[in-house]
Amino acid sequence: MHLVTAKVQLSPNVTRLDLEARRIAEIRQPGQFVIVRLGNGAERIPLTIADADPARGTIALVIQAVGKSTRDLVALEVGESILDISGPLGHPTEMIPAGRAICVGGGVGTAVVHPIAHGLHQRGVEVISIIGGRSREWVIFEQELRRCGEVIVCTDDGSYGRKGFVTDATREVLEAGGVDIVYAVGPVPMMRAVANLTRPFGVHTIVSLNPVMVDGTGMCGGCRVDIGGHTKFACVDGPEFDGHLVDFDLLAERLGTYREFEQQASAVHTACEAGNCRIGLVRPDQPSPAQL
Amino acid sequence: MNEPKLPLKERMKIDRQGMPEQDAVQRSGNFLEVNLGFTEKIALLEAQRCIQCKEPKCVQGCPVMVNIPRFLEFVVDGNLPDAARSLFGDNALPTVTGRVCPQETQCEAQCVRGIKGKPVAIGYLERFVADWARANRGVVKIEPRAATGKKVAIVGGGPAGLTAAGELVKLGHEVTVYEALHKPGGVLVYGIPEFRLPKLIVEEEVERLEQAGVKIENNVVIGRTYTLPELRAQFDAVFIANGAGLPVFMNVPGENLKGVYSANEYLTRVNLMEAYALDSDTPILRARRVAVVGGGNVAMDAVRTAKRLGAERAMLVYRRSRAEMPARVEEVHHADAEGVDFENLVAPLEVIGNDRKWVTGLKCQRMELGEPDASGRRSPKPMPGSEFVLECDAVVVAIGTRANPLLTATCPDLKLNRWGNIEADAAGMTSIPGIFAGGDIVRGAATVILAMGDGKRSAQAIDTYLMGE
Repeated sequence: MHLVTAKVQLSPNVTRLDLEARRIAEIRQPGQFVIVRLGNGAERIPLTIADADPARGTIALVIQAVGKSTRDLVALEVGESILDISGPLGHPTEMIPAGRAICVGGGVGTAVVHPIAHGLHQRGVEVISIIGGRSREWVIFEQELRRCGEVIVCTDDGSYGRKGFVTDATREVLEAGGVDIVYAVGPVPMMRAVANLTRPFGVHTIVSLNPVMVDGTGMCGGCRVDIGGHTKFACVDGPEFDGHLVDFDLLAERLGTYREFEQQASAVHTACEAGNCRIGLVRPDQPSPAQL
Repeated sequence: MNEPKLPLKERMKIDRQGMPEQDAVQRSGNFLEVNLGFTEKIALLEAQRCIQCKEPKCVQGCPVMVNIPRFLEFVVDGNLPDAARSLFGDNALPTVTGRVCPQETQCEAQCVRGIKGKPVAIGYLERFVADWARANRGVVKIEPRAATGKKVAIVGGGPAGLTAAGELVKLGHEVTVYEALHKPGGVLVYGIPEFRLPKLIVEEEVERLEQAGVKIENNVVIGRTYTLPELRAQFDAVFIANGAGLPVFMNVPGENLKGVYSANEYLTRVNLMEAYALDSDTPILRARRVAVVGGGNVAMDAVRTAKRLGAERAMLVYRRSRAEMPARVEEVHHADAEGVDFENLVAPLEVIGNDRKWVTGLKCQRMELGEPDASGRRSPKPMPGSEFVLECDAVVVAIGTRANPLLTATCPDLKLNRWGNIEADAAGMTSIPGIFAGGDIVRGAATVILAMGDGKRSAQAIDTYLMGE
């Protein structure tokens, strides 16, 4: 059992939970993730570790409520618990020993970029964090990142920081030169855009992928991603990869496998309550049970 | 039960008793156990078919050397408590092996009754006695030897690990099992479906071990949460039994399309995560036409699961013929009776998908059997010009698993073979003193009972290592 010791709502649908997980707090490294399972009957879901306090034995998970499992997690209050946390999983972030790095964070990915920026800063790497959101209320982890170096905030509507996308600011910094590496974590379209942007500059770019996973130890292969024409398992080979080699189209499609089911699931649930319980989830591109 | 025992001649006249099972049509729509188990009456009759050979070959055929004639004679005597004690003394998990062992290639293959007729139904009788013990808890107790003060870590809570844990705790050692998933049991809980091995049985076996003093720590991934050297430093000995967890894919185009699963993922979602229940939070595709690639027990489990999830066509795509299938004969029969379509002598070439990257079919070619290969089975050869497309909405790849490098990568001193399996001697000792290994991480993908045999042997070797000769 892992007690929730703190809870902060960071943006309209992003919540930070601090949880007791002593061993993981002590040894986790930037880029690593955990698999959590709220309780019996709950799904196993991967979440990247946003921060850790080894002295108190807690880790911070930043969760965007997008489906049932994440909604259930953010509904937890301080004093309640998560049944299972497994980790730390995945390879730690590949860090440069010195130089200048851009850390690009989009939405909830900003929380994942934070331990990377922090790790780089500790090594003496100059960090420029470029983070963004739709508007001011969606910008997270700004203060934490300011402790690691310069921060450029971008909002789509210009309500805070500069108006525009993180890619615009990233381009300007790249054009100014002297960037050794770029780390980008966020929604798939953002990571793809950053990778496309850095490619002509020849700047090594690392992205953190968060595909569908079950066990997180290489057992199921559900997290298959295509890296330069080779199939890799994000859980054990990643989760971070060379952004210039990632097949983002495939990643985006595979991420949608069950997203579409989430919507069906509520419809099926309604049908079940109506007494028609033998139907299950069908593929979204096929007729629904009601139509068959 | 005081009736005189039947003379040998009469015993020879009894026909092999069949296993009562759930109706095939009914069961193909539910996840309840297929085999219902012998009644006491049937068991008594079947047990009498054993003619109590002086040098029983069946025992030699058993990887854990269960004294089969002894426990069967207790059944004949109507003495089920002693039958249970005898069986559990030899085999830590008979409720499991009585259900999942390939008896037809092991004990029953050696049975002399099989020479002219049908062998004694040893597996069914093992299950009967084990289930009797389940219903009569307390008859079989683990009575540990005086505490030795030695600590043993076991990596992996599957058949090998649990067997070793049971043996080691009996020998008085302090045992901690580290399980990567949230529930111990390994393949018994994530792989083998409910309809073949109810999860409650595994839970009860684990509970029995815990009552005997075995500590089980879930959610600990050795190789990540702790490295192997860290574990070795904290314990007097370590037994690695983390299985062959890495799924093998076909390496054909289209394999990353949506709707293509490894059998590990498909079965884990349904079994461990209970996706067959509509109130589970874990989703699973309930496809109308499912093609399962492979011919082993895992393929059978997957294709029968697909049927139960409501597939109109559950197809088994296998590149050899039915005679070469490595699956247990009973599973093949059951799958057949449940309406599985066997696409034999068919090999996949490519997974075909639509513009949204969903699977729409499996492009295959027909095969014919040539000369026997290294495994002794006739090797399949492609028939030119025989390509065709099997329409399907989901593909499950069940062509095997490999060693997972997650743990071994953290311990470069551990000697591996070229497939990444840990090298261990007959007793299970690895290249590092005090570290033993067994089960699939040593053998490559094998069976539950072979893993259990390794667990048993390694436990003895660990005891010798810890206590001296």
